[in-house]
Amino acid sequence: MNQLHINMKYIPILMLFSICLVSCELDETQEVVTLNTLVWADEFDVDGAPNPENWNFEIGDGTDQGIPGWGNNELQYYTDRPENVKVENGMLVITARQENFEGSNYTSARLTTQNLFEKKYGRFEARIKVPYGKGYWPAFWMLGEDSDGEVWPQIGEIDIMECLGDEPTAMFGTIHGPGYSGGESISKEYILQNNRFDTNFHVFGIEWSPNRINFYVDDKLYQSLTPEDVDEETDGEGEWVFNDREFYIILNIAVGGNLPGAPNANTVFPQSMFVDYVRVYE
Amino acid sequence: MIKQKNTYFKFLGLVLLSLMIFTSCEREVSEDAVPAIFPTTAEVYTDNPVGLTDEFFISFDPSAGANPESFGTDENEAYLGSSSIRIDVPSPNNPNGNFVGGIFIDRGEGRDLTGYNALTFWVKGSTTATVGQFGFGSDFDQDKFPASVNNIELSTDWKKVIIPIPDPSKLTQEKGMFLFSAGALNLDVDPGQNNTIDLGYTFWIDEIKFEDLGTIGQYRPKINNGENETTEGFLDVPIELDGFTQTANTGSGEDVTVNASANYFNFSSSNTDVATVDGSGLVSVIGTGQATITAEMGGIQAEGSLTLNVEGGFNFAPTPTRPAEDVVSIFSDAYQDIPVTRYNSFFEPFQTTLGGVQPVGPENIISYTDLNFVGIVFNDVTFPAEAVQPVNATDLTHLHIDVNVQEELQDSDRLLLELTNYGTSETTGSYLISGDQLLEDDWVSFDIPLSQFSGLTDKNRIGLLLFNSESGPNNPTISNIFLDNIYFYTE
Repeated sequence: MNQLHINMKYIPILMLFSICLVSCELDETQEVVTLNTLVWADEFDVDGAPNPENWNFEIGDGTDQGIPGWGNNELQYYTDRPENVKVENGMLVITARQENFEGSNYTSARLTTQNLFEKKYGRFEARIKVPYGKGYWPAFWMLGEDSDGEVWPQIGEIDIMECLGDEPTAMFGTIHGPGYSGGESISKEYILQNNRFDTNFHVFGIEWSPNRINFYVDDKLYQSLTPEDVDEETDGEGEWVFNDREFYIILNIAVGGNLPGAPNANTVFPQSMFVDYVRVYE
Repeated sequence: MIKQKNTYFKFLGLVLLSLMIFTSCEREVSEDAVPAIFPTTAEVYTDNPVGLTDEFFISFDPSAGANPESFGTDENEAYLGSSSIRIDVPSPNNPNGNFVGGIFIDRGEGRDLTGYNALTFWVKGSTTATVGQFGFGSDFDQDKFPASVNNIELSTDWKKVIIPIPDPSKLTQEKGMFLFSAGALNLDVDPGQNNTIDLGYTFWIDEIKFEDLGTIGQYRPKINNGENETTEGFLDVPIELDGFTQTANTGSGEDVTVNASANYFNFSSSNTDVATVDGSGLVSVIGTGQATITAEMGGIQAEGSLTLNVEGGFNFAPTPTRPAEDVVSIFSDAYQDIPVTRYNSFFEPFQTTLGGVQPVGPENIISYTDLNFVGIVFNDVTFPAEAVQPVNATDLTHLHIDVNVQEELQDSDRLLLELTNYGTSETTGSYLISGDQLLEDDWVSFDIPLSQFSGLTDKNRIGLLLFNSESGPNNPTISNIFLDNIYFYTE
């Protein structure tokens, strides 16, 4: 993995040559490549409802799951209606709407691969364009499977991408575990230079191996976390839980809540998060 | 990708630059294309004006109150480099003019700004005052593509202002590089607010330039202030669209709304047999039926529209013919009206009447709906904060008014006219028009001798004309009415 750092320095040059000589694509995929064997993917090529072999829906405002507001005082009610989630034009489209529905003022959708695809280690990445405006909180993230009865944060959480709609050039990647969860989680922000996350697609990914998780956006590695980092951040109190179990993938847009704050008069509804693909390599 | 190329330039220099030009995927210029002949210079002011006219600063008209002495440069303040532009905003009673503003013009034939998407600059104030206007696109000649933002709040530290270009593709030859307008008076535009700053202040501007910012996005153009409006249109009565804005989201997540010239928009009519629209948003009504006017900018559909239902021409009141020197006009397009406080008194709490002055193309009428009673107020007593001089009608003999009832007439219909004189004591005289003197959907002209307003003993300070359609309390008769050409005159 240290090799990755060295490689990074030369990537701009290598990429430039590849652009110049070979490709006219402006949506080049990232180049942090060490795991290249595709083991699972959804390219969202078939219009309609998302493939039920890949995706479950979580429905409601969290009350049924025992966490009203999904643990963050979020304002949306998740549905599986096509108004909130569909595959169209080669994209998964998750749409947040302002509407009165089942006692909530907003609707949206949250998809997971729980019990359908769960995996430990690998390169997990997705190409995504997010909505903008105060109150939007789109995310591409992972939770540890909990069939052994363990609960969060012991099961671990890896947030590959979270964005806040009123910071259109920023995203952050985070891990949560025992001793470093919620507001105490270990996180790093990445700021795009001269670009935005809501007007162009970007690739968000992690490379996860024993004792290390690398976070990247497009071709930029911006965070590399190890048990030593957890020790340092938590004064030895935290526990690295990312060698323990398989994780599943989650895609959603939350609206409002503790982190982004409520939408304001300038927030445009409806808006969508577009996911071009989700791919997993090893 | 773009950023990577830029980084690459910095490190590897011109040799590889040339390599890249030959091998990269930059769009090639077609052999048919006419090369751009206008410079693409981005900078407007750095430590000196860049490529501007020798005058540098061209003030708004001093005869309109602009103070040309308030503009200068300052060698002791700069965001970058050694100097900045210094504006000393005059106080409201400055004899040289009570506001400062003007433009900077390109010294050549104009610049090609199509490669940029924003005008940016840094600004700092001596206090947290609000500057009325910043913009570009005005050249005091064609003024084809003005764009500006209003009410920018200053900070006492330098802050960056970003003005998105509504549609850069239009700016192939732009001379208007910068515009600002500031005055203590601009701070006082909100009536009822007493905590405004009436003193002069100073602000500095630096590093004015056009930029191509990848952090600007989410363009939302609007016409008609984003409203979808349906209204009656009349043959040969043109309508000027307004409410043109472009809103964009900047890298800080802030929405910036730019007042944009109509010329940035491409308009269209859903039915060109009924209405056509030109590039400036002027709608010509040429046939009967329905037409909806919409617009787009830079490929994005603008919010807002205007739908016209056209049944025929507008029936205007007869044009007055009396010489202006014999007339004191309250409301008429034929004369210069005296100052009037309100054309709808909105007397509380019993008045139900809505409406007031209604533009009909370039003309105006008064249209009242839900009429019970309503006053036209032109005195210094009723609304002291909106005082105007009442009319001295001592030497005037008549009141003229044109009335057009917009509903079916009934036997009991009546319209009582009352004039009030605000002398040492208030006196009121009334004149009754009965329903059988009026017409549905047509004009009737009345020339009423002031002597027939029974009870009007004084007429040296007439300041209220009241219309009352009630036949007994809470029993209005005529509800919908047009009025026009309301004036006193001497026969």
